[in-house]
Amino acid sequence: MVIRQDRGRGDRVLRLHVENLACSRGERRIFEGLSFALDSGDALLVLGRNGAGKSSLLDILAGRLAPAGGSLALEEAGGRSLSECLHYVGHRDALKAALTAEENLTFARDFLGSPALAPREALAALGLAHAARLPVAYLSAGQRRRVALARLLVAERSLWLLDEPTAALDAASQETLLRLIDEHRRKGGIVIATTHQPLALAEAKTIRIERPAPDRSAFVVADGEGA
Amino acid sequence: MRPFRALLIRDLKLAARVGGSGLMGLVFFLSIVTLIPFALGPDLNLLSRIGPAILWIAALLATLIGLDRLFQADQEDGSLDLLRLSETPMEMVVLAKVTAHWLVTGLPLALAAPFFGLLVALTPESMLAMVATLLVGTPALTFIGAVGAALTASLRRGGLILAILVLPFMIPTLIFGVSAATAATGGTIPFATPFLILIALSLVAAVVGTVGAAAALRSGE
Repeated sequence: MVIRQDRGRGDRVLRLHVENLACSRGERRIFEGLSFALDSGDALLVLGRNGAGKSSLLDILAGRLAPAGGSLALEEAGGRSLSECLHYVGHRDALKAALTAEENLTFARDFLGSPALAPREALAALGLAHAARLPVAYLSAGQRRRVALARLLVAERSLWLLDEPTAALDAASQETLLRLIDEHRRKGGIVIATTHQPLALAEAKTIRIERPAPDRSAFVVADGEGA
Repeated sequence: MRPFRALLIRDLKLAARVGGSGLMGLVFFLSIVTLIPFALGPDLNLLSRIGPAILWIAALLATLIGLDRLFQADQEDGSLDLLRLSETPMEMVVLAKVTAHWLVTGLPLALAAPFFGLLVALTPESMLAMVATLLVGTPALTFIGAVGAALTASLRRGGLILAILVLPFMIPTLIFGVSAATAATGGTIPFATPFLILIALSLVAAVVGTVGAAAALRSGE
């Protein structure tokens, strides 16, 4: 595996190259031959059935899992590594149940660096201003997911990796999330989201990861512009 | 320094909240030390002779309390993934978490040692020596334990394996801790000799433990 580190140009122009990426878990080949390139303002929807390897793709991008082959590269202003340029919101919320929503976000803001919105403003943006002082343990699944999504706003990161971001969210919160994603893309960010429900993102690229047929390893189809 | 401080403060807050391991180590320490006089009987000479050893073994076991959750809790709720996304190296993450853990387990043990010393009939100078040896010796226990905690972070029921893994490595600390505490009340060796070795053990454990735990966390998953 090669991770190239290209020193950026002056402005905030991003480009994420993924070439021929392959992923194995244990002996099992999950997918291979996955290639795509994303520029500033792009969104990528990763579709596929349960267990097809959508989350594994995000894990590789987030640096949690080593790819079995292929290369990843991010060209960005400043010489930071890929994992320092991204936000990851996955199935596990990464929230501490004993701390309040505000304390969780304050920690994320101080720890991740490049602070953006204040924790309270971020919570307000997701319609959770009233829950700022409540321990996360008291919140419902949807509210916890919204606190986790508020983390996207407290620290400035250009690449958002969202694993099933709409899970547990009600219709109004899904609208809010779509608006936040649009805003992020307008500012030049990149969003990669996995989903198995339709997610109404304007001009999003889509890839579909198929479950492997019995006689061959997994493969990727339908790389193109979505709705 | 800002991420380091943020993580340290978060872990201290967590320890103080409901379900945190805050004072559990101290209560456990108290239970063990209280049991010994009941088991041995009221022989004050015997108690004060083996008192330092009892306190050190109790401190060693109390250090293990909560150690299994040091990285496991972060692993389970996904916080460890968040901790990987910072420009802060994993070593600093480990250092912050271990420091927080020592502040809520090791430090209270050392400070409470004079009180617990009363239960095993320690002399005043012996109590002072206990405080000093626990103060410089418990960091070694915590750092050694951190490597085990990092290795067992993704295991269910990792607590038992953790204890079996790390206890053998804690033996040198135990030996020099007890011999320094005993040397303070007389004997053939001066206090400084085992005490300085104890300090050296803590310093070595701080380096090896930090690097080892960070390596274990990186290769985890």
